[in-house]
Amino acid sequence: MSETKSRKSKSSKSQSASYSFDIFKHELVPKHEIVPIDEAVEILKRLGVKPEDLPWIRASDPAVRAIGGKPGDIIRVIRKSPTAGEVVVYRYVIPG
Amino acid sequence: MSDYMIEKIKFGILSPDEIRKMSVVQIISKDLFDDDGVPLKNSIMDPRLGVIEPGQRCEICGNTMRECPGHFGRLELARPVIHVGFVRHIHEILRATCRNCGRFKVPSSYIERYGDPEKAVEEIYRIYTKMKKRWPLLAKRLANTLKKEAMKVSQCPFCGAKQYKIRLEKPTSFFEESEEGNLKLTPIDIRQRLERVPDKDLEIMGYDPKEARPEWMIITVLPIPPLTIRPSIILETGARAEDDLTHKLADIVRANEKLKEALETGAPNIIVEDAWELLQYHITTYFDSETPGVPVAKQRYGRPLKGLVQRLKGKEGRFRGNLSGKRVDFSSRTVISPDPYLSINEVGVPVDVAKILTVPERVTPWNVERLREYVINGPFKWPGANYVITPDGRRLDLRFVKDRKALAQELGPGWIVERHLDNGDIVLFNRQPSLHRMSIMGHIVRVLPGRAFRLHLAVCPPYNADFDGDEMNLHVPQNEEARTEARVLMLVQKQILSPRYGGPIIGGIQDYISGAYVLSSKTTLLTKEEVIDLLSAAGYIGPIPEPAVLSPKRYWTGKQIISMFLPEDFNYRGAAKVSSGKLACNDYECFWDSYIVVKKGKLLLGVLDKKAIGSQEPESLYHFLVREYGDEVGREFIDKVFRIFIKVLEKRGFTMTLEDISLPNEAKAEIKRLLNESFEKVHELINRYRSGELEPEPGRTLEETLEIKIMEDVLRNAREMSGEIAVKYMDLFNNVFIMARTGARGSTLNITQMAATLGQQSIRGARISRGFRDRYTAHFKPGDLGAKARGFVENSFVEGLTPTEMFFHAAGGREGLVDTAVRTSQSGYMQRRLINALQDLYVEYDLSVRSIEGSMVQIIYGEDGIDPMKGIHEKSVDIDRLIERVAGHRL
Repeated sequence: MSETKSRKSKSSKSQSASYSFDIFKHELVPKHEIVPIDEAVEILKRLGVKPEDLPWIRASDPAVRAIGGKPGDIIRVIRKSPTAGEVVVYRYVIPG
Repeated sequence: MSDYMIEKIKFGILSPDEIRKMSVVQIISKDLFDDDGVPLKNSIMDPRLGVIEPGQRCEICGNTMRECPGHFGRLELARPVIHVGFVRHIHEILRATCRNCGRFKVPSSYIERYGDPEKAVEEIYRIYTKMKKRWPLLAKRLANTLKKEAMKVSQCPFCGAKQYKIRLEKPTSFFEESEEGNLKLTPIDIRQRLERVPDKDLEIMGYDPKEARPEWMIITVLPIPPLTIRPSIILETGARAEDDLTHKLADIVRANEKLKEALETGAPNIIVEDAWELLQYHITTYFDSETPGVPVAKQRYGRPLKGLVQRLKGKEGRFRGNLSGKRVDFSSRTVISPDPYLSINEVGVPVDVAKILTVPERVTPWNVERLREYVINGPFKWPGANYVITPDGRRLDLRFVKDRKALAQELGPGWIVERHLDNGDIVLFNRQPSLHRMSIMGHIVRVLPGRAFRLHLAVCPPYNADFDGDEMNLHVPQNEEARTEARVLMLVQKQILSPRYGGPIIGGIQDYISGAYVLSSKTTLLTKEEVIDLLSAAGYIGPIPEPAVLSPKRYWTGKQIISMFLPEDFNYRGAAKVSSGKLACNDYECFWDSYIVVKKGKLLLGVLDKKAIGSQEPESLYHFLVREYGDEVGREFIDKVFRIFIKVLEKRGFTMTLEDISLPNEAKAEIKRLLNESFEKVHELINRYRSGELEPEPGRTLEETLEIKIMEDVLRNAREMSGEIAVKYMDLFNNVFIMARTGARGSTLNITQMAATLGQQSIRGARISRGFRDRYTAHFKPGDLGAKARGFVENSFVEGLTPTEMFFHAAGGREGLVDTAVRTSQSGYMQRRLINALQDLYVEYDLSVRSIEGSMVQIIYGEDGIDPMKGIHEKSVDIDRLIERVAGHRL
């Protein structure tokens, strides 16, 4: 399956040149970051879920592409919330 | 007997072999009955297909009618026929495989990667099976893209045969478009092609060849369902009416017979094809009688027949009608009616209903005497009982028990009495549409004379009920667990705060608000007799406080009375609803008494109105009372103080007269003057438009600019200003005006329309312009753009409308009616889809929101973990309120 995946991501990457601006500068785009693997394992254990049980995000998502996320990665999104100040959520990157 | 768990369900297609194996009868005869009306063997009414008469034993399984599940038969078709349910799949497989060798047409990119097509299939198969185990959803996507890509390949990578386009002509005909022209593919041709596709190739297209070989999508043997699923009905006349399916099956057998005959006699091709076509039609409509592109199969009298699909589909189908929604026992439905003397927790149940609904009660030494009394009373006298269940499980119907006294004496532990519904029982009360959880609440029964369910007026908002003929349903929980759940979770008082916006959904409405205002007004001074009257309405027993006024006479204020029912440490400040316009106040030094101050449980200043006690008013006095002191205090406040409010109105009298909405002559003149000025302005605008002086606004045409200027600048203004004039002349304590100011009912707009002018009528936000050519009715000159010709109603409801005005008003009113009709149906469907998507989500103990499979939807509920019912409207912590609670004032 890794072969088909790499083929797909390759084709999608080639047709999409990276943006000439920083999308994270926009106030509506929350902060995204790739979670290091050891930390990711710990987070999954704390939440009691398998990686694919997290909400998904596509590898072709502009924010994921900007930080270089690959299928299988776990992404941390830090959003601002009027009620809770800051909200930390996690996404699992899927091909596509 | 051991228990089994269903782990999973797998759907597949029946193969001809399986159909033959499970069949007990081969259908040969096209007639159903012999001359005596006895069902024929080997017909679709063969008794071996299932027992239909009670007492008879099944020839196949030996069971009686109750136990025998029925058995399948089969019909061997003279020629194969396409199954409508699978045409899409047939079409796709035909296009994705080679017309010659039947192999999967591997797209060239894969061949490049893996060398030759054989290897490519092998490799894709390996990847696919692995993926299916770990990521079934992803595998499905891969299979679909593969299939889509293969359909575009025009030359077979295996045998090199040229591929042609295959066109599907709905519903069931396939054509191949080659150079020589279009060729119709018969089901026989198609089946041959499908047979050629190897298992592995099928699997990478997403099919499971073990359970669903594609050639099984072409029917060669038709399973004949048991009689049990298509029972005949005996009419009162004694005649027998067969089920729709039986009729359809008879058609199929007949069509098959005809086709067979044509084939055997060697009839010309056209005749064979016609017969084949007919068989295809009957089998298609047997599965789905509403197949697009085919005439609907009709019963003799023009009623459309129901196919198999129609039995399952839609609101009344098997799934939505019978499996997700069932009819229940221990329920009741009647008209509802208000009763201000009930608690909000109660529901008034008619005696006639209480005598039919029952609650099973186990006999114990502590309740035998009471239950004996019930049994003696029997089923026709309330409170009685309808059934008694003996310790050995027999059910005695008290209607037919001769000596109930003797039976009552026999009662003892181990017996169960199904007694009548009694005061204090808990029931569930519901009004459709059940749009939120407050649509079903737990109520305590109060058995009352009459024929309607009665409920407290303050619970109208959660049910969205009124009394113009509304009916409601009542359900009686039958076991302790259900009763406890109803009492602890569903009781009305637990639902005072709505989880939708965190405010009270149960609170003051209409007269409660008017009454609260009148009582809490500064002008209200009460004598001792009046105070006693009011307090007794609340059921108050205890001392009367010191009067606020001692001389010249002892008088109590309304605020004093209300304060008696507030918790002693309750603090609150806030503007009242009446605080608007010239009565506006924003701090406690308020001349108009429109700023509420409650300190240490004493209502010191301000009047109570919708902003303080109203339903659906978050951050109000009543909201804080319920949130900080609990639902019990909240319920008590409604049950006691609200009753005082009503009593106040009863004593004072609260009504509406023509005078309340009539204006003095000088006010009328003033309004007239204002309107005439406006008409003048409109005229001026029209003149400027005609002479071309009017400048169009950016992005608008000249006509649009004119309309907007007329609508917004002139006519809307005219209504607002005339409303202000009307209000200016109105007495502050005019009952209609009180209702509008306090938010009890109506608005200043309503008063304006009654007293001053109806104003501009509109359709879709524009002046009314359609009707005759260039004018609305024949009463106006063509092309008249003036205010009156385009729907401005000068008169008020009190003055009366002219005939033309009446038509404008009707046109505008119609739009509102149509809008609500359209909106409810649209939002209802949206609600259904939303609920279907969200119903299985739940909040886990770690506060995360998860789906039923365990996948996470939100890491923490609402991304802040706050229960909207307990939190503060759109805030997580309300510091201001916390300070106010303690200090008695805001910062």
